Amino acid sequence: MNPSGPTQPSDEHDPSRHNLDPHLDRYAARTAGMTASEIRALFAVASRPEVVSLAGGMPNLTALPLESLAAQMSDLIREEGLTGLQYGSAQGVPTLREQICEIMALEGISAHPDDVVVTVGSQMGLDMVTRLFCDPGDVVLAEGPSYVGAIGSFTAYQAEIEHVAMDDDGLVPENLREALARTEREGKRVKFLYTIPNFHNPAGVTLAVNRRSEILEICRQHGVLVIEDNPYGLLDFNGNIYPALRASDPDNVIYLGSFSKTFASGLRVGWVLAPHAVREKLVLAAESATLCPPTLNQLVVSRYLSSHDWMGQIKTFRENYRERRDAILGALEQHMPPGCSWTHPSGGFYVWLTVPEGVDAKAMLPRAVTARVAYASGTGFYANAEGSSQMRLSYCYPTPERLREGVRRLAGVLESEIELVHTFGTVHARTSSGPETPSPDTA
Amino acid sequence: MGDSTKAERTVAVLAGGLSHERDISLRSGRRLSAALRPEGLHVEEWDTDASLITRLRDQRPHAAIVALHGGEGENGSIQAVLEMLDVPYVGTSAHACRRAWDKPTAKAEIAEAGYPTPGWVVLPHSTFRELGAPAMLEAMVDCLGLPLILKPDQGGSALGTQVVRDKAELSTAMVGCFAYADAVLAERFIEGVEVAVTVVERDGELEALPPVEIVPESGVYDYTSRYTAGLTDFFAPARLTDEVAAGVAELGISAHKLLGLRDISRTDAMIDGDGTVHFLEVNISPGLTETSTVPMAIEASGRTLGMIYSDLVDQATKRSR
Repeated sequence: MNPSGPTQPSDEHDPSRHNLDPHLDRYAARTAGMTASEIRALFAVASRPEVVSLAGGMPNLTALPLESLAAQMSDLIREEGLTGLQYGSAQGVPTLREQICEIMALEGISAHPDDVVVTVGSQMGLDMVTRLFCDPGDVVLAEGPSYVGAIGSFTAYQAEIEHVAMDDDGLVPENLREALARTEREGKRVKFLYTIPNFHNPAGVTLAVNRRSEILEICRQHGVLVIEDNPYGLLDFNGNIYPALRASDPDNVIYLGSFSKTFASGLRVGWVLAPHAVREKLVLAAESATLCPPTLNQLVVSRYLSSHDWMGQIKTFRENYRERRDAILGALEQHMPPGCSWTHPSGGFYVWLTVPEGVDAKAMLPRAVTARVAYASGTGFYANAEGSSQMRLSYCYPTPERLREGVRRLAGVLESEIELVHTFGTVHARTSSGPETPSPDTA
Repeated sequence: MGDSTKAERTVAVLAGGLSHERDISLRSGRRLSAALRPEGLHVEEWDTDASLITRLRDQRPHAAIVALHGGEGENGSIQAVLEMLDVPYVGTSAHACRRAWDKPTAKAEIAEAGYPTPGWVVLPHSTFRELGAPAMLEAMVDCLGLPLILKPDQGGSALGTQVVRDKAELSTAMVGCFAYADAVLAERFIEGVEVAVTVVERDGELEALPPVEIVPESGVYDYTSRYTAGLTDFFAPARLTDEVAAGVAELGISAHKLLGLRDISRTDAMIDGDGTVHFLEVNISPGLTETSTVPMAIEASGRTLGMIYSDLVDQATKRSR
């Protein structure tokens, strides 16, 4: 480290030495990827109003009845403050768990409130499930691409992620069979399949109903548990509600639900529905993680569900998101250069865009930020190096006008990048350090 | 304006902006503000958006400090605005910023004055398109050799900077670099000891603070090495022989003078195996984050960030009288 010649040697105890992290040799191996990221830093600009951000996944809350919620919260503190501001059960408030069962019944799920564990967002549920099931080196199957928060949890527990490719109808059963056969041949143990069947994040596709029983059957045959993550299930733009996987296989599916997309993401209230034996362990795991989910927030959700037309509110959200979806798809059709393709979501928040061969969406991001538009590059949604020619476009937050302007800017950026690739020939995706997707508070 | 007590004086720390370095700038701004408050100044952190001019006009801060990195914060634009509105500010004038900010221009000026700087070429995308990239890249490698380092011709924090050791990596690296700027500076890569020297100007006198030696674990001082605490070892003062240390200090002071810089600057340099000090670039609004070298140099000089910048605020307000 100290070349001979111009410098004078010194040892580790040199008072001039500044290692800015004295704990460096104490960190667990799982922190290896927790470094500063050039890509992540660019998202700081996305929060500025000059930039049209298609990067984050923040729900659009402008349609919420804030005045009425304010009155409700005030009543809540007056009437149940001593409960709401106190510790609660690790499993969650019983009334809320009953209401959660009523919501899940819409998707064909028959569940008992005792089997529901309320969590700090469904992200905590995902973290706990991974903690319960995965030892380092265990294999988790996930769609390719997959939700970045899930990849983060699996990686934190040092699980190995095998992606299973999708098509326009979601997870392809044949690909799932092949992935299971391959991992079994390699002597690896697959612990579970993680899937987002409805309005997939980031792909925007929905698992065809006629594939659902086949997927469940394959997993049963191979002794693989299914983790069904369904935050967007009630956000179909035509008002359809798809049958949950959990509805047809209660013993082999763990269901993750959330109020983040249907009510308020800032309250951080989600849930896990699990078979009895798993639920017992989940409660203990939850207790060691947070003691209990925030009681006040649970009571807020519970009151909202009992005193507001929450289904009517979801209908309003759906209409808002449908208008935005139409705006972004129309703009993509109008502006995107040849060679691009994209998914056509019928619900949820996201479009998955594939750019022409040779364009590296991650390398292009600084150019986009200069042009005042941001997106999430595809590589962040894979645990391997895939996704370099893809990106996630979120249409949930900007207005339709801003979405159209954002896509127009993005098209210009792409055209310049395509020209650059033509000049230099096909290029290979660069590797980089640290997280590549925006933080949850990025619009 | 200059007669008011410190406690009555408002200092606007301009941080954020819309450049690729916004995140780093916000961190610099927060750290600087926290360092200045114990000095008795009333400090406000201002982002630079459409409200800036109205705010500067209405609130008339006693001085501004440009803690913006990249883009309008370093190319002279914000400085020109401050000059137009007659707001005293810490740092280099708009005119000098424009020269120092452009890496090839600064290198040429330093080279003309006789200081070594690694051989370089600067080329826009259009040249590659019109003359053909394969032949151009071949010529670039023939001229500079390998390894070489590609940098956006303007910008900081090592964003878009890549060391290329194999010709096969060159096309991909060029595309990555052009994502940050319209022209790429390709420079011969010098293996050696990387140092940063901070120069502080007080009443017309220039002082080079102890140079900081930078030893990245990965061997390359890229964005990750810069901003992940622990991935780089720093030595302040650098472990240099007296002769080399004097050469580094001289380079820092000369660069500051030759480029017409003001108040504070940081010069980055590389020392090869023979002890030759090579100029890399200057920074007119150097980073002040927890992992930045300027605060380390200030600490090694026995002072604090707050003391130095408080003095610079005094200097800026006196200058405007």
